[in-house]
Amino acid sequence: MVSIDVWNASVDFPIFDAKSRSLKKLALGKVGGRIGAEGRVPIIEALHDITLSLRHGDRVGLVGHNGAGKSTLLRLLANIYEPTRGSSRIQGKVAPVFDLGVGMDPEISGYENIMIRGLFLGMGRKDMEKRVDDIAEFTELGDYLSMPLRTYSTGMRVRLALGVVTSIDPEILLLDEGIGAVDAAFLEKARDRLNDLVKRSGILVFASHSDDFLVELCSSAIWMDEGRLKMHGSLREVVKAYKGRDPYEHLSPDTLERIGQAPVMSGNGGE
Amino acid sequence: MRDAWRQRELWEHLGWQDIKQRYRRSIIGPLWITISMGTTAVALGLLYSQLLGQELGTYLPYITVGFIVWNFILGCVTEGTEVFIANEGLIKHLPAPMTVHVLRMVWRQVLFFLHNLVVYVVVLAVFFPTLTHEYKMDGDIVPHPGISWTVLLAIPGFALLTVNAVWVALLFGIISTRFRDIPPVIHSFIQLVFFMTPIVWPVGVLNKFTNGEASWKVLIAEFNPIYHFLEIVRAPLIGHALSWHHWVVVGAFTVVGWALAILALRNYRSRVSYWV
Repeated sequence: MVSIDVWNASVDFPIFDAKSRSLKKLALGKVGGRIGAEGRVPIIEALHDITLSLRHGDRVGLVGHNGAGKSTLLRLLANIYEPTRGSSRIQGKVAPVFDLGVGMDPEISGYENIMIRGLFLGMGRKDMEKRVDDIAEFTELGDYLSMPLRTYSTGMRVRLALGVVTSIDPEILLLDEGIGAVDAAFLEKARDRLNDLVKRSGILVFASHSDDFLVELCSSAIWMDEGRLKMHGSLREVVKAYKGRDPYEHLSPDTLERIGQAPVMSGNGGE
Repeated sequence: MRDAWRQRELWEHLGWQDIKQRYRRSIIGPLWITISMGTTAVALGLLYSQLLGQELGTYLPYITVGFIVWNFILGCVTEGTEVFIANEGLIKHLPAPMTVHVLRMVWRQVLFFLHNLVVYVVVLAVFFPTLTHEYKMDGDIVPHPGISWTVLLAIPGFALLTVNAVWVALLFGIISTRFRDIPPVIHSFIQLVFFMTPIVWPVGVLNKFTNGEASWKVLIAEFNPIYHFLEIVRAPLIGHALSWHHWVVVGAFTVVGWALAILALRNYRSRVSYWV
């Protein structure tokens, strides 16, 4: 069963400046009374007291100002950071798409990058070989896949990254805002595929500043503010509270129908 | 750690990729590793055999193998201390077991080692006649038996060396990520260790100063752990006299080192992503 449970989790970053990161300082600090070096390290509380529970089928948007803790929360959910206080339990195969530049080698071809990404996400080499054609078709990159990655545009990299994560049947998909670089046609395609994926097997958490993306991909939302979970509810309510306007008000009836929202103001945004 | 082993296709692939990457767009590719090792070994062998008054036929294989094994140790130690720092991006963006980065680094060093081993094979072929019977290097009291089936002992020797490389990288990698002074310290001392270790000079030379009696001068080599690690691989490869005490010392280091590394891994594994 796919699930994400986080109880009272906090993430504190110790900020070591050049001085406190050295052994010398630690040794000197021991002389003349116990001043723990840890105690003098300034701490940034990136997440504070987060309690969260997500289940199968949840498509959650993360909104909030820069530095509100969206990316850190995503990394907590990806098991990259273990909470410094509190606890978390993430069950299911996690596939994160954060920084598009990381884990991708600009000098090697798209095909090879697909392979490496897949291996990093816990797939076997044979599994990935089977999926390469599927990914090639989905990304529409064609012959470009045999070119070195440095020749790709940002949008093409996003396509590649999305192609890989959606092809490996992840159970928990975590997307950071970077994917905004794709064009509308591809977004539509990706949306169908992501929705399909979430319906079949999982949870989507997506951090974005773009209403359009959020509306397309998410049903509920979390508003992060200064490392705290300020609001968790339906997408419509949360975005309305965060931005002060209804995210659906400018959308055409076609779009609304497609994403399953009533055009009237009494929306029932999931949850 | 078990997860890391399960993902061996990942780090095997990445290790290869690292090597291919380094020589991308060069015509002879990874063969450069072999060539540079060959040139160094031959040049140093010619020079130092004269300086130290050693026979070229026994000295050149000695320095070649010493250098190849030393390069492996050097690579594992220096890159091991920076293994997490260098992989900061991957650690922060992809949830993979920490050990994956270490295994990738060690695997890359093993591949380097195998490339360099070609030099050994060539040197062995050239000096085969002088190495297959009993011989003495200048300063030796007891003669070396020469190459025989014992050459196969180099395989478990190298395996043990590799096992040690993993704990060194895990332990020092974690410590250096927290305390950034460690990598510069290691970098500055490793040069000294190279000169203190019997790589360029044979241990037998020490006997010249002690007239064969035990003295602190011999202990220079014996108290150097690197010497024992070196010897379990080098001695069988060039038909030197084998001594079990090297294996015992290395075995002790393996057990203690792994215990420390596992302790560090258990307590600080989750902190590494905060520290990088």
